[in-house]
Amino acid sequence: MRARPSGDRPSLPPASYDDGPRLVEALRRGDEDAFAWLVCRHHQALLRYAGVFVRDSAVAEEVVQETWLGVIRGIGSFEGRSSVKTWIFNILANRARTRGVREARSVPFSALLARELEDDEPAVPADRFRPADAAQWPGGWAVPPQAWNAPEAALLASETRRLITDAIAALPPVQREVITLRDVVGMDAEEVCRLMELTDGNQRVLLHRARSRVRRALEVHMAVEEVA
Amino acid sequence: MSVTERGPGGVTCIEVVELMTDYIEGALTPSERERFEVHLSLCPPCRDYLDQIRATIGAARITEDGVPPSVMDELLHAFRDFRRD
Repeated sequence: MRARPSGDRPSLPPASYDDGPRLVEALRRGDEDAFAWLVCRHHQALLRYAGVFVRDSAVAEEVVQETWLGVIRGIGSFEGRSSVKTWIFNILANRARTRGVREARSVPFSALLARELEDDEPAVPADRFRPADAAQWPGGWAVPPQAWNAPEAALLASETRRLITDAIAALPPVQREVITLRDVVGMDAEEVCRLMELTDGNQRVLLHRARSRVRRALEVHMAVEEVA
Repeated sequence: MSVTERGPGGVTCIEVVELMTDYIEGALTPSERERFEVHLSLCPPCRDYLDQIRATIGAARITEDGVPPSVMDELLHAFRDFRRD
């Protein structure tokens, strides 16, 4: 019996698998410790990423399961042109998009992207700034952000986290995908551009809109908290 | 460009807010970055705003880890079976 519960560490320290050739080689050898390590490392992040494409959490779990099966079948022919991580997330995106089509909520990515890039909603509503023709401080804050009290503690509360998750879920789809990969999963910009086939500039514009909207959703909450 | 016309650093708050992500991502040119930082050093509300964006990013990060043992067992079986075939 070599199956292990996730808490039981393999003989090699986790970091030694890294994300490159060494890991691929171990997986191809059939090294179960390496596979368990990989699953532990990415499973929760893949679930969150699946949630970008499919709303139902049971379906998201199935998609992640299928992704791992895709990894098992595909590792033999993995060519190493991207990191293992990007490759796995790409398998998930392809599977989840197929599901999305089946659930009949699919608009071509290019159309979604164009729509979201055109929308030039400001990060903060314009009426919170002094008008451009103001005699003094044009474009300065008229209604400045209220300082958030004890942001660390308050932001770690589960209620706040749920609020962030909800705010992300309410974003337009491409922004939702970008912020999930960057800020929830913690992928770097280069990986996200490669995975989503976005230019660096577009990735940043979408990330900016997404972060601005999520901050706004929190702002309302933090202000209410202060009064309470 | 006088400070009273354009805001500290020659940038207005409404502009600074839209440059936040470029600043955090290191995408500003050195001179844009310098003006941005001059503005921040003189504008507490924009500093608050930046802190809030950073706090938002920090709080968004996934905290769950691990895999339910039943899922791990199933996947390890699949891994083993595939190798056998």
